[in-house]
Amino acid sequence: MMPSTADLVRVLPEIVLTAFGLIVMVAEPFLPRGEKRMLGPLALVGTLAALVAAVAQAQNPGYAFSQLVIIDGFSSFLHFVLLAITALTIIASFRYLERENINHGEYYALLLFGTVGMGMMAAANELILVFLGLEISSIATYILIGFRRTDAKSSESAMKYFLLGSFATAFLLYGIALIFGGTGTTFLPDIAAALGAPGTNPTLVLMGMGLLFVGLGFKVASAPFQVWTPDVYEGAPTPITAFLSAGPKAAAFAAFLRIFFTALEPTQETWFWVIWASALLTMFVGNLGALVQTNIKRMLAYSSIAHAGYILVAFAAGSELGIAAVLFYLVAYALMKLGAFTVVSHVSAGESHQEIDDYAGLHSRQPLLAACLTLFLLSLIGIPLTGGFLGKFYIFTAALKANLIWLVVLGVVNSALSVAYYLRVVKVMYMNEPRADLEVAPVPASVAFVLTLTALGTLYLGIVPGPVLGAAARSVLPLP
Amino acid sequence: MKAYWLSLVVFFPVLGALLILFLPAGAVERIRRVALVTSLVEFALALPLYFWFNPASAGMQFLEARVWIPSPLILYQVGLDGLSLVLVLLTAFLTPLAVLASWPITKRVKEFFLMLLVLETGMLGVFAALDLFLFYVFWEVMLIPMYFLIGVWGHERRLYAAIKFVLFTMAGSLLMLVAIIWLYTATGTFDLLALYGLRQAHPALLAPGEERWLFLAFFLAFAIKVPLFPFHTWLPDAHVEAPTAGSVILAGVLLKMGAYGLLRYCLPLFPDAAKEFAPVISALALIGILYGALVSLVQPDVKKLIAFSSVSHMGFVVLGIMAMNVISTQGAIFLMLAHGVSTGALFAFAGMLYDRRHTHLISEFGGLGTPLPVFSAFFLVACLASLGLPLLANFVGEFMVLVGVFEAERSYAVLAAFGVVLAAVYLLWMVQRVVYGEVTNDANRRLADLSPRELVIAAAFALIILGLGVGSPFLTSRTEATTKRILLQVESPHYELAQSPESGAPDAAEDKR
Repeated sequence: MMPSTADLVRVLPEIVLTAFGLIVMVAEPFLPRGEKRMLGPLALVGTLAALVAAVAQAQNPGYAFSQLVIIDGFSSFLHFVLLAITALTIIASFRYLERENINHGEYYALLLFGTVGMGMMAAANELILVFLGLEISSIATYILIGFRRTDAKSSESAMKYFLLGSFATAFLLYGIALIFGGTGTTFLPDIAAALGAPGTNPTLVLMGMGLLFVGLGFKVASAPFQVWTPDVYEGAPTPITAFLSAGPKAAAFAAFLRIFFTALEPTQETWFWVIWASALLTMFVGNLGALVQTNIKRMLAYSSIAHAGYILVAFAAGSELGIAAVLFYLVAYALMKLGAFTVVSHVSAGESHQEIDDYAGLHSRQPLLAACLTLFLLSLIGIPLTGGFLGKFYIFTAALKANLIWLVVLGVVNSALSVAYYLRVVKVMYMNEPRADLEVAPVPASVAFVLTLTALGTLYLGIVPGPVLGAAARSVLPLP
Repeated sequence: MKAYWLSLVVFFPVLGALLILFLPAGAVERIRRVALVTSLVEFALALPLYFWFNPASAGMQFLEARVWIPSPLILYQVGLDGLSLVLVLLTAFLTPLAVLASWPITKRVKEFFLMLLVLETGMLGVFAALDLFLFYVFWEVMLIPMYFLIGVWGHERRLYAAIKFVLFTMAGSLLMLVAIIWLYTATGTFDLLALYGLRQAHPALLAPGEERWLFLAFFLAFAIKVPLFPFHTWLPDAHVEAPTAGSVILAGVLLKMGAYGLLRYCLPLFPDAAKEFAPVISALALIGILYGALVSLVQPDVKKLIAFSSVSHMGFVVLGIMAMNVISTQGAIFLMLAHGVSTGALFAFAGMLYDRRHTHLISEFGGLGTPLPVFSAFFLVACLASLGLPLLANFVGEFMVLVGVFEAERSYAVLAAFGVVLAAVYLLWMVQRVVYGEVTNDANRRLADLSPRELVIAAAFALIILGLGVGSPFLTSRTEATTKRILLQVESPHYELAQSPESGAPDAAEDKR
């Protein structure tokens, strides 16, 4: 069967990304050493073209490829978010790759391929496609994490993520098999329909659901499947750490939400408590872990575990308001995390100087850089007038509407805990004496561009949240 | 223009801060001047509010309401009643003096004044906001400049004091955020005026248990800020370590926010719970009065002594609020103002001593009356005001509080009176050791007396202290109608704001619908 034009339009961003990824791959060997830096802008053009394609995609909602793919507000919203994350990551990588002497075209190609997988996860209407998307994005990130191959830490991270990731994917696949065995289908709406019908094996579905939870929980770094996060985040090239903490996490949450609120919606009473407990555990593990870190990348890794916990709070709310809150939060979170890691990637040149104490007196050397990092950290705390605050505010509002009072109270206790470790970085930057031996290079234009965009975005979401929140509210999954 | 005047007053300091942002960091003198001019113009802008204010009306005046975030509906709504009017004026009055008192600061001058001006907007916003969300935004945003003021420009243990200040405040205010959202889910609005109306129209708006928890969540945030015993432990650290301007602003304005919150939110929104918890809170206030006074007695450090005396004085304020009658509440509001200026003055003088000797230890001084006669005279005035000498500011407030509390609960008034006695003891003893007697320390012999800049600060404080003491009706007349309204909201849940003959709220409230 030939795919129709409508089918193709509905996966146009993926097609564009794949095409550009291939062009980058093919062009790589033909370019002389000095010209390889052209590949970055080329990949960026590809991502921007994919953004344009995403507009066309969003204007043609509906199913594609025998209902394997669904384009609705939810998947379009995430496509925009994911593509923006990839674009910012590419720009932030320009100088990084040159500086670290790993300027190879595959880097950009893998980023584009990874984004294809993430886009598929956001638009999948069927479990096998979720699995495929997850694998495509995971394999790309396995390689990207180990991209500094002469560096032992980078290789160790890649190995760790690969081994544990394969395990998690196996869990996911096994879960899909069990659900298929229990219901006879892998299409999400059909699973929901089969759950109420006779002939369904509830035990198999329940077990399958548990395994799906493990597999997806690993990808979003929720407790108790978060153990890999600090090591992997620490060893990965910093722009990739930024990408990991924003992109794959958002895509995994998209699949997570769609599976649980579409296919497994009839069993919400069963999984509610699992999500509830995981949310609580994730927040505490993340925040308590971050409190004792001295390495800034590990601290930010624990902080991104904690933030997965906050997102799970909105997940537990189980309402359209909660899903809208997740979508808004993913945007705000991506901006502040990309921004924070970009600062780190610039200051910790050569992946050295990752200790928080290395940031001593950063303010007096690079006032704007320090101000940006402060803004992102305040947003991560959830101080008003930043996107992070409104994100948390919407999450807690959704959760309180769903009567999750204890979860919210413990959530704000966690927020209070987090103040201590975020402000420690601010303290070191502004109140400690600068270290004489640490030189911070001037900020290159590409990094400045990313920081300007993420900082303005963070403030914009904090001061004028209306448009993005409205878009998020229009993009929620329809709940029965 | 008048329709936007209040917003102009709230945000004007930010304009000054922006201007400073674009000045080169080396232009120290220009930065100082811009900060001073900004804060003076700000005071000039705030002053007309006093005259335009209609004292007969108990409603919100200078009301502005605009939609900020459409869904969930959050308003940019500001307005003033008598209570917030006087606090806005206090803030606008203290900031120029704080700027002047910061002249000796030479470290990172640009950021210092930037933070100070941003802080001023934060404080004004807290008092002017009439939407719970907006209020919370100002309340939290203000923390950051204060954190930097203490942490960067403070004394030896500044880092510890700064983080302690933030953690204590955050712990309280985050629970308040939960309560704010809960209130929203229960009522569907963040609009404070709408909430006032709802509470009056439906006494059973919240289940009793619900009301109790919400009251406690709000109360905790405010009790930490006041600070009420036993939540006061951040205060001595923050006060002692903060630079002079920070201490002046902390004591003068920030502590008032706690008391303001009780009157603006806790009492009118949760009257039943407020009445239920009043005895416990009054007891804590009483403990604070006596404990603060006793601890002040043994402080070796001028700043620490003033800090603990604040715990004691703010205990009076809370006691007056919790007695819930007109005279005690009026007294509490008056005392907020009086404490703001008299303690602000004491911290400013302590800062002048520090500028000369780089210490706050009482034992380092003695006999300062000889080398510093002018300073000593003004310092004495501030101390006398603080201990409640008649004709000076604090006396009026403390007297009214005691009268009101006496009406409500005699034993409390009797016990609280000991606080006044002890205040005389620790303050006069401190004055005696610092100012009188022979010059015992050679380092003090050649100290220079007040410079013209310091004389301006001292004279402004002395004038306002005397002015408040003698001309108290100028203030109480502005707060009377508001006080009565708040008490009616607490006493009779069925009281209709709209039907009150003296209320100015309805027409203003209709404008925005």
